[in-house]
Amino acid sequence: MMAAAKNVARLLYRYVLRVGDLNLVLGQRLGEWVGHAPALEEELGLANVALDLIGQARLLLAYAGELEGRDRSEDDIAFMREQGEYLNPTLVEQPNGDFGQTIVRQVLIGAFQSELYERLVDSADERLAAIASKAVKECRYHLRYSSDWLVRLGDGTQESHARAQSALERLWPYTTELFAEDDLDREMADCGIAPRLSEVHAAWSVRIDALLAEATLDRPRDRAYRWFGKQGEHSEHLGYILADMQYLQRAYPGARW
Amino acid sequence: MDDKRQWPLYEVFIRARGGLDHKHVGSLHATDARMAIDHARDLYTRRQEGISIWVVPSAAITASDPSEAEALFEPARDKIYRHPTFYDIPDEVKTL
Repeated sequence: MMAAAKNVARLLYRYVLRVGDLNLVLGQRLGEWVGHAPALEEELGLANVALDLIGQARLLLAYAGELEGRDRSEDDIAFMREQGEYLNPTLVEQPNGDFGQTIVRQVLIGAFQSELYERLVDSADERLAAIASKAVKECRYHLRYSSDWLVRLGDGTQESHARAQSALERLWPYTTELFAEDDLDREMADCGIAPRLSEVHAAWSVRIDALLAEATLDRPRDRAYRWFGKQGEHSEHLGYILADMQYLQRAYPGARW
Repeated sequence: MDDKRQWPLYEVFIRARGGLDHKHVGSLHATDARMAIDHARDLYTRRQEGISIWVVPSAAITASDPSEAEALFEPARDKIYRHPTFYDIPDEVKTL
């Protein structure tokens, strides 16, 4: 009995890291727009989203630290892990590219997060449910922001349409991973902690189809190949993000201001 | 002024809480009214400043001409009887 409970805690730790790392890496990535956005207003908009994501990451990583039981803080977990210990999906570490590519990525992942959180609200794990009910409101706004932009770009000029469509083709293959259920996803769903990914996929698909239709963009075809970021196997981009993000804490451990 | 590279300007009005009126808080650039609402939310309600937002294209506002200020506003100066200073305001009335 004790062993079984311990096992669930260990799996839950990994699952919470998955959700938390998604937010941490995406928030860090999105923050790169600060100082470079096409308009001051957009810069604040993007930074607001990035900060919401970092805020969600903090709650999740702090919880992961408690589950792990090795007395690690949210900062220890964020700054002192190696690349292979990060469990974010590969999509969120993809470069910002042009504004259109950032918007496409935010729509794809934002719709996933919204559908996920809306179900995690009913999680058997109370802490996760509480975090999700706070986060879901933020995510609804994020999706409103990015999907409005997707429609403007897709149904905009010839150039904005072409750029949005090519970003969609480029990023679409990374969405396969989001819904590819592995042992951890299955265990969490069996315990009633996380939703079935097939259910999340169906809801995501409906939402994305409606959005793409409004934005006059074509849904790319699914491909068989998938990435494994959520199992710790990342694209070449994550290392650079971590180098940026972790540098200070690695060079000056425990530094504060 | 008609710079095509600049998005149109919108004026932003925020209602701080129920029962109060919308107050002008500033302006911002946006391509359309819905984007102006999003930007206003991000720029002006970050610290819970409001529960409702209005945006109006700045171009839709007609302003009084400063050179006519004398004719428009000076005549009110000596008509103190228009000020409702002869009433006692009950303590219970908070937002008058």
